[in-house]
Amino acid sequence: MLKIENLHASINGKEILKGVNLEINPGEVHAIMGPNGAGKSTLSSIIAGKEIYEVTAGKITFDGINLLELAPEERACAGVFMGFQYPIEIPGVSMVNFMRTAVNEHRKYRGQEPLLAADFLKLMRDKKALVEIDSKLTNRSVNEGFSGGEKKKNEIFQMAMLEPKLAVLDETDSGLDIDALRIVANGVNKLKTKDNATIVITHYQRLLDYIVPDFVHVLYQGKIVKTAGKELALELEDKGYDWIKKQFD
Amino acid sequence: MIIKEEIKNIVSEFEALHSGQFASVVAATPAFLKNIYNQSIAKFKSIGLPNRKNENYKYLDIANLFTKNYEKAITPTQVKVDINDIFKCDVPELDTNAIIILNGFYFSPDGNKINTLPSGAVVGSLSQAIIDYPELVEKYLNKSAEKSDEGLVALNSAFIQDGVFIYVPKDAKLEKPLQIIHLMMESKSIMAQHRNLFVFEEGSEGKVVICDHSLSPSEFLTNSVSEIFAAENAKIEVVRMQNEHNSSKQLTNTFIDQQKDSDVIINTLTLHGGTVRNNLFVNLNDEGCQNRAYGLNLTDRNQQVDNYVYINHAKPNCHSTQLYKGVLDDEAKGAFSGRIFVAPDAQKTEAFQNNNTMLLTDDAQMRSKPQLEIYADDVKCSHGSTSGQLDEDALFYMKARGIGDKEARMLLMFAFAHEIISKISVEPLFERVNNLVEKRLRGEMSRCNNCMMACDTNQKNN
Ligand SMILES: Nc1ncnc2c1ncn2[C@@H]1O[C@H](COP(=O)(O)OP(=O)(O)OP(=O)(O)O)[C@@H](O)[C@H]1O
Ligand SMILES: [Mg+2]
Repeated sequence: MLKIENLHASINGKEILKGVNLEINPGEVHAIMGPNGAGKSTLSSIIAGKEIYEVTAGKITFDGINLLELAPEERACAGVFMGFQYPIEIPGVSMVNFMRTAVNEHRKYRGQEPLLAADFLKLMRDKKALVEIDSKLTNRSVNEGFSGGEKKKNEIFQMAMLEPKLAVLDETDSGLDIDALRIVANGVNKLKTKDNATIVITHYQRLLDYIVPDFVHVLYQGKIVKTAGKELALELEDKGYDWIKKQFD
Repeated sequence: MIIKEEIKNIVSEFEALHSGQFASVVAATPAFLKNIYNQSIAKFKSIGLPNRKNENYKYLDIANLFTKNYEKAITPTQVKVDINDIFKCDVPELDTNAIIILNGFYFSPDGNKINTLPSGAVVGSLSQAIIDYPELVEKYLNKSAEKSDEGLVALNSAFIQDGVFIYVPKDAKLEKPLQIIHLMMESKSIMAQHRNLFVFEEGSEGKVVICDHSLSPSEFLTNSVSEIFAAENAKIEVVRMQNEHNSSKQLTNTFIDQQKDSDVIINTLTLHGGTVRNNLFVNLNDEGCQNRAYGLNLTDRNQQVDNYVYINHAKPNCHSTQLYKGVLDDEAKGAFSGRIFVAPDAQKTEAFQNNNTMLLTDDAQMRSKPQLEIYADDVKCSHGSTSGQLDEDALFYMKARGIGDKEARMLLMFAFAHEIISKISVEPLFERVNNLVEKRLRGEMSRCNNCMMACDTNQKNN
């Protein structure tokens, strides 16, 4: 589904990604871990299409198409979703209006008519229930005044509304309380099918108890330096990154 | 920049008109009005027209707008078509009370120029009110304006002929929002100066919607004055929608005179216009007054919209808020100048001012100048101004959800403008303005001479 080959990227002339290789197939869950500043958010932002990064080498294909040639909104409509590490507040734009526009842009991309108002509201209701998000939040402006945890929940709500093929969740677990973590993880699990895939970026093994990964990768200094099964997360929890860093410094 | 000599010439032309043709048109005018004429023309002569040397007009050369040879509209325009037919208002609940001022004069298809509503309010033509209610008009007309040292105001006062007169008696409440439509329609280039007088007596209430439109493509210059008097406990909301074409120049001067515990909201929405200058002068003359002034301007191409606001906190315990926003595209220019004056004994004054601008291009230009002059020590006053581009992070966030660039920009601009629109309490108008602003921001609003507010002239003419 997603194939990243030898990806090099820099920002303001500073190279952040130094040859990332990653392949993701339908039905899989991949976890990406790694120390602060390793380039995890950079990688997810590049997948989503953030323009401030310059891709200097390598390629990303998604369902056989060159993802790097698509505008961010086209990637989203093609089925790529990024859960932001720091979701943005948009005062004055209501969640309802935002989601209706997003859903209808997805439908337009697929050649479908916009949803009828009643159908849209039903969809909102169903998905709100799925991720157990409070109506008080969805009646407000996008993320405006949301707590850190509420913002993260809202990312999963949006993911539920848009049903992406590939979801890249950048530290969706950080800032969540124990109940919210379970709710968010359950939401992700409920949305899982054999045709979609998820990349979870996290610092904590705890999330991976709920969202069980097929692969765990360690990103360090702009490269994936280690890949193993879910037991790697436990090992990292136990030993930290020093033993990996040592091999590369 | 236009030089003193040229201003002198313009002023002399007005003087000649005043003592010549105009004098004969208004020969039968009552003495009190003739006094106003005489005082005002003298004042105009001594002040002249502002040019850029005037601190308040630094960014807009007003005198320059007068150099074109406009025919001065000093008699009512005779129209062959039925304006009421062209101009059907489709905002429900506003239509019944619509008043039309055509090129500065009250337009009455049936000859009926003034009405008493069931509430007891008197609504109609100022020229008729001068005949029917001379004492009332004399008591209020020019009472705010005469204190002003604006050349434009003196010019208007020297030529007062017609406009809208509203009188709401003690404790009366206007049944419905009144709608006033200022139309400019003429095959020649003309200059018109309407004069409005709204008097709200003690404890009265009312909402007034004013629409400024140009219906034919000629060049127009309007220099208008509206005086609004709010007696003790009066509650007034005025919404003004400006929607003229690119070759129109519109200068408005609005005076709001407030007495004890009165509450006035004025919202000026400039959707379209060539050059627009709105002067707002608010006098809070007694304790407990509340004044809220809002403004929104959406400009593109070479349009220019300037707002000047002066709030005089003369007495303690009054509250004023000014919030003006603008979205400037292409090479549009804008200016906001807000002066808050707090008198030495006006303790417990609260005055908050904000001006926020969104610049869509590098060529768009906004100047913002807040001025606080505070002579009391126990006050809460603040002012702020921001101008910036669309928030790139917000745009990316929306794009990452599949929303295209154009739509994402639209959502942000609309969100920005919506804060002002949401202040409109006239329900059907709120909906309508919402739609119009969205159309305007999408660039779908036709730039022709149609009145977008109230009708579709094309439909009727074709
Ligand atoms: N705009 C920028 N200008 C310069 N350097 C940047 C910029 N954005 C990111 N970087 C740098 O790129 C590196 C990778 O950042 P990135 O956010 O991808 O790390 P991360 O792995 O997500 O870290 P964390 O676990 O803390 O979220 C960091 O060293 C960061 O300082
Ligand atoms: Mg990160």
